[in-house]
Amino acid sequence: MDCSLVRTLVHRYCAGEENWVDSRTIYVGHREPPPGAEAYIPQRYPDNRIVSSKYTFWNFIPKNLFEQFRRIANFYFLIIFLVQLIIDTPTSPVTSGLPLFFVITVTAIKQGYEDWLRHKADNAMNQCPVHFIQHGKLVRKQSRKLRVGDIVMVKEDETFPCDLIFLSSNRGDGTCHVTTASLDGESSHKTHYAVQDTKGFHTEEDIDGLHATIECEQPQPDLYKFVGRINVYSDLNDPVVRPLGSENLLLRGATLKNTEKIFGVAIYTGMETKMALNYQSKSQKRSAVEKSMNVFLIVYLCILISKALINTVLKYVWQSEPFRDEPWYNQKTESERQRNLFLKAFTDFLAFMVLFNYIIPVSMYVTVEMQKFLGSYFITWDEDMFDEETGEGPLVNTSDLNEELGQVEYIFTDKTGTLTENNMEFKECCIEGHVYVPHVICNGQVLPDASGIDMIDSSPSVSGREREELFFRALCLCHTVQVKDDDNPDGPRKSPDGGKSCVYISSSPDEVALVEGVQRLGFTYLRLKDNYMEILNRDNGVERFELLEILSFDSVRRRMSVIVKSAEGDIYLFCKGADSSIFPRVIEGKVDQIRARVERNAVEGLRTLCVAYKRLIPEEYEGICQLLQAAKVALQDREKKLAEAYEQIEKDLILLGATAVEDRLQEKAADTIEALQKAGIKVWVLTGDKMETAAATCYACKLFRRNTQLLELTTKRIEEQSLHDVLFELSKTVLRHSGSLTRDTFSGLSADMQDYGLIIDGAALSLIMKPREDGSSGNYRELFLEICRSCSAVLCCRMAPLQKAQIVKLIKFSKEHPITLAIGDGANDVSMILEAHVGIGVIGKEGRQAARNSDYAIPKFKHLKKMLLVHGHFYYIRISELVQYFFYKNVCFIFPQFLYQFFCGFSQQTLYDTAYLTLYNISFTSLPILLYSLMEQHVSIDVLKRDPALYRDIAKNALLRWRVFIYWTLLGLFDALVFFFGAYFMFENTTVTSNGQIMTTNTHMIFGNWTFGTLVFTVMVFTVTLKLALDTHYWTWINHFVIWGSLLFYVVFSLLWGGVIWPFLNYQRMYYVFIQMLSSGPAWLAIVLLVTVSLLPDVLKKVLCRQLWPTATERVQQNGCAQPWDQDSEFTPLASLQSPGYQSTCPSAAWSGSRPQQVTLAVWKGKVSAEPPPAPGCSHRCCSSSPRHGCPGSLVGMLV
Amino acid sequence: MAMNYNAKDEVDGGPPCAPGGTAKTRRPDNTAFKQQRLPAWQPILTAGTVLPIFFIIGLIFIPIGIGIFVTSNNIREIEGNVFMYYGLSNFYQNHRRYVKSRDDSQLNGDSSALLNPSKECEPYRRNEDKPIAPCGAIANSMFNDTLELFLIGNDSYPMPIALKKRGIAWWTDKNVKFRNPPGGDNLEERFKGTTKPVNWLKPVYMLDSDPDNNGFINEDFIVWMRTAALPTFRKLYRLIERKSDLHPTLPAGRYYLNITYNYPVHYFDGRKRMILSTISWMGGKNPFLGIAYIAVGSISFLLGVVLLVINHKYRNSSNTADITI
Repeated sequence: MDCSLVRTLVHRYCAGEENWVDSRTIYVGHREPPPGAEAYIPQRYPDNRIVSSKYTFWNFIPKNLFEQFRRIANFYFLIIFLVQLIIDTPTSPVTSGLPLFFVITVTAIKQGYEDWLRHKADNAMNQCPVHFIQHGKLVRKQSRKLRVGDIVMVKEDETFPCDLIFLSSNRGDGTCHVTTASLDGESSHKTHYAVQDTKGFHTEEDIDGLHATIECEQPQPDLYKFVGRINVYSDLNDPVVRPLGSENLLLRGATLKNTEKIFGVAIYTGMETKMALNYQSKSQKRSAVEKSMNVFLIVYLCILISKALINTVLKYVWQSEPFRDEPWYNQKTESERQRNLFLKAFTDFLAFMVLFNYIIPVSMYVTVEMQKFLGSYFITWDEDMFDEETGEGPLVNTSDLNEELGQVEYIFTDKTGTLTENNMEFKECCIEGHVYVPHVICNGQVLPDASGIDMIDSSPSVSGREREELFFRALCLCHTVQVKDDDNPDGPRKSPDGGKSCVYISSSPDEVALVEGVQRLGFTYLRLKDNYMEILNRDNGVERFELLEILSFDSVRRRMSVIVKSAEGDIYLFCKGADSSIFPRVIEGKVDQIRARVERNAVEGLRTLCVAYKRLIPEEYEGICQLLQAAKVALQDREKKLAEAYEQIEKDLILLGATAVEDRLQEKAADTIEALQKAGIKVWVLTGDKMETAAATCYACKLFRRNTQLLELTTKRIEEQSLHDVLFELSKTVLRHSGSLTRDTFSGLSADMQDYGLIIDGAALSLIMKPREDGSSGNYRELFLEICRSCSAVLCCRMAPLQKAQIVKLIKFSKEHPITLAIGDGANDVSMILEAHVGIGVIGKEGRQAARNSDYAIPKFKHLKKMLLVHGHFYYIRISELVQYFFYKNVCFIFPQFLYQFFCGFSQQTLYDTAYLTLYNISFTSLPILLYSLMEQHVSIDVLKRDPALYRDIAKNALLRWRVFIYWTLLGLFDALVFFFGAYFMFENTTVTSNGQIMTTNTHMIFGNWTFGTLVFTVMVFTVTLKLALDTHYWTWINHFVIWGSLLFYVVFSLLWGGVIWPFLNYQRMYYVFIQMLSSGPAWLAIVLLVTVSLLPDVLKKVLCRQLWPTATERVQQNGCAQPWDQDSEFTPLASLQSPGYQSTCPSAAWSGSRPQQVTLAVWKGKVSAEPPPAPGCSHRCCSSSPRHGCPGSLVGMLV
Repeated sequence: MAMNYNAKDEVDGGPPCAPGGTAKTRRPDNTAFKQQRLPAWQPILTAGTVLPIFFIIGLIFIPIGIGIFVTSNNIREIEGNVFMYYGLSNFYQNHRRYVKSRDDSQLNGDSSALLNPSKECEPYRRNEDKPIAPCGAIANSMFNDTLELFLIGNDSYPMPIALKKRGIAWWTDKNVKFRNPPGGDNLEERFKGTTKPVNWLKPVYMLDSDPDNNGFINEDFIVWMRTAALPTFRKLYRLIERKSDLHPTLPAGRYYLNITYNYPVHYFDGRKRMILSTISWMGGKNPFLGIAYIAVGSISFLLGVVLLVINHKYRNSSNTADITI
């Protein structure tokens, strides 16, 4: 049977592909197989050491440094530092070396510490004892000494030391229970099965006698996929070949539960275990702010280079006269004179670069990193986002994307478990057209028996009764639900009402709901024991069915089947699945009635499943067995072959009925979606569910409104017309209205913007995405995007996980490059979570995979509102101010330096002292902006929550646009000019002098260049700090402390720095400079004047902009101050927001209405109690801009 | 149903602690800081709040400016102490090579630095194998013209005006930063082993006869060593003290300035000047500050008016906007 395989293996080896083999052969217990059984090429396997650490003691410093200097910014600063070391530059290497050293050291310490923790964890893991079987005896060894092929014994509650093939357990049926909580977060117990032929080996001696080889694929990271084969040799017979699947594989990291001990053979060890392979890091996501920041950096780099170039050129022009180059009082050394001109020019260029390099500050990176890291704590600390029910709070997996939360334009949300509770409730079932509704609760009590059934239709006939019972049995049998075992797993529980004491566990909540629902209808699933499923029927009799096969569920087939053998010996195949996957395979049954019912239920938002069966005669079953066996044993393409086999088996079914399960909407889901839409975010629902159900959910959560015109792009429609026609027709419909040429006939009201909702299904999507033969696929995509853009809501149903990611990608790379956010809770959402700019996981019932792979995880969908509208908004304004401010303050810092070159003969003389150069960014101006970027709230949290439209004010990276950036840069330039020339005129016109009256002596002194620099610097520190103070809208005591503290620190430091002769310095240029300056009256006057002049334009700009072109945010801010005159004309009364009917008539007002309605009304009422409050009618008129029925003029007058 | 689920969660919730227990521990603290609800002052720059500030700035700055301007102009009156400056133009004392060409340790009296000056002093570090004291380009190019002022009285006989050499440098410079090298009373002895700067006529210990104004602590030297910020600068040369309250320090009359010309400036296209000035509470004569204050004050006042107008107009426009409702 496996001869061919052996041949191919031999072939492959002989062909020289020894380096990489796609399967591995393992000798269980290191026993050689019988001679001639197989060609064996020994492979080297790693030992079982887990290495999650990145560094060793020896390579830490070089490797860490290398890693750090791979970052472009660090590398740039290193180059600057090296230039300073090598050539004679104006500033000492300390000025850039110290900050760089600080940054590098802090990062290295942090990474070193993290790595040390990893080492510790690794050691603990690698040294924990493991029980081996060696020569029939149990031996304890350290985990790291484990080798592939070793037989290992694991006891209850121990974790598996490596990936094992499950050989036997102490349970008779050869099963064991496992939780994979630490792998994928699912805490449910999963059953794994021992290899059939080895499950009898219960003792060490037995297992030592096992003679077998295992062939399996090379390790790959997919936790749920495994294919392999085991050949068990016995002395007499040919080897027995058994397929191995993931149900035989025990993964490292999983824990053994409810099983005393098991034996297994190691197949993947150490870094090759699936757990270790899954540790690979995700790709790094970068936020829009970071991208803008990098663009600005490049701009500044260009400015820097051009500044240096200009100065170098001017220097040589200026120096062309020899008396300037080398006047008698300032001669060069011999070596300087002899240097090559070009070399000199180049070093001069580098020196200018060094002089101006502070314009790109190291500290910005540090501050941004710190802001992101510290700022992200506010999410985890947020009490509003803590879910009492589950005890879960939000998680932040990456802090790099905080500000991206404020930029979201598209939200892609999963439906089940995200919009809905994923808390399934069995609603009804329809058997042969008769509808059964279990009365869940009757007077607060669950009714135990069939009396709970309320039959809506006429009572069934005898054959109907048979069918009915068959249906219930089908539901009881066709599932993968486990019964949660109590301490004595062998004691069958026989409680007549079953329900409450039985706890079912399944990876699919639908199944649990069905089994529990059926329980209320009289059939209780008891357990699976020794491959027999036991059910308790209505007469309290236990029925036993032998479970022959499970054709497990997958999202492509969208159905599952079981093959069982009843006590009477009849073999049944029960199949359960989505209607679309069942109906085509049905040949008998009341299809039409059931279909009608299913569709009705789907429209109501219920999740429907159809149940069908067929009776198999033993010969048929034999055929099926062989088919399955063949597919299961295949090493290659096993998935595909299995799918084909399933396809063949699940056909010619007889339809039994359908079930309906309700998945309730999550609390406040509709509210959240409404708020997000008002915030200008487009919400798309991507679901695997069927169209009707999904659409119903969309209506329920107000994604679609009553007046939303639905456009369908579904397989059904495409079958009728060609894709081309459908697309063009839709785009015509949509564009006609966006052109606003015609009146909408649908609502009968004037509509500049009709609400469109698009529904598309997976098949249609793949048609659109599929490249056409003529290679013009882009055409359809563009057209599709065009349609999507005009729709306020899009629903994509019947989506495969990868298609979800595809949609996200499509939007992400469309020409506007919008920022996308994907939110989901299940493993099927992981691909889109990883694809979107921001991935959010809902910590849900379907395991924690989504939460683990996401950037942020929240307990409930409703938390998204606060996450985006409040946290996102805050993070965005904070970081954008941070970035702009950093550039601004460094322009202020460096531009005077540039100007000074014109007055010092382009000699690269620094304006400021080295200490000031070094500390300006590190300490004088660092803390205020850091704290600002952590604390700032330009409007209060409540207002942001109440008025989602404020989110639009920051959309499209509004605060980091070129206009804003140029404004900040110009402001910096202006301020720098003021500082420099202010000081210049003070020094040039006459001496700034001190009459020294403050000092003890009565002398009259002259100030030199260092005083000049100190004056500029002092003005600058005050201006820059006060500018931030002007921008601060939220003054907590911390802000006060930090802002005034920084200024105080600057003064104290300067006093100290100039007050002492520092023995370690080889110059004392700053000695008493600051104090002398402060003792001069004009210096004080100049400082006050220059600070005022520097700040005036910004204040003026702020006030004028606020007065003339206020943004929504500014209006809200002002409203808080109850400034009555700036009532905006575009307000919308409450009524128009609540009723969708009004919405359509006045969409622009509703969308741009900038103030929360409650506030508006309150102001109105408060101001004019005598006048009637504005009628909703007012809002209509506001849209039509007709003054005729205006609100009374007197009222307006009073308001104004 | 839901109860069932909860029950399951409790049993199955993996870790031994029940959800209730975890909730207590994992629940974030309800502190004002963590919930971002610290009490805060929330000022907003609106026209209303800024308008008064503009007017206040105007009202404060204009008088200050006028005050400064007047004081500054009054300085012409040669009363009180008069300061005598020399000025140089086109002299780049702020050139980098020049600024750093000094050794502060040597000037501080460090004996090892005296004999082994810093490398920064090159090429004015050593001369004929002897260390230069004081080393460096700054010291080497010290201004060495001599200025003498005479009052030509009625009898045409020039009366020398007493020029005070002391008290022209910063007190801290003279007493702390600059020190002669240690040693005995004989200053020449203390500078033994060094040579004078190349351009100097006399060695450093012969700058003045007064032992408290000789060597490194010579005040002319200290003043020169404080490098100027701009290529056109002036430095304090002498002090003319007022003798009595009755007579002006420099009475009206003809004066005669005697310059001993040593210092070459033509080479670099420079100019020399001599300035006499008094100072007031706000320093020397300085029209800039006064004018700037007046200008800024008036601009601020003007802006206040403009804002007021805009504010008023804006009210009107908002009025009309409201009417269209």
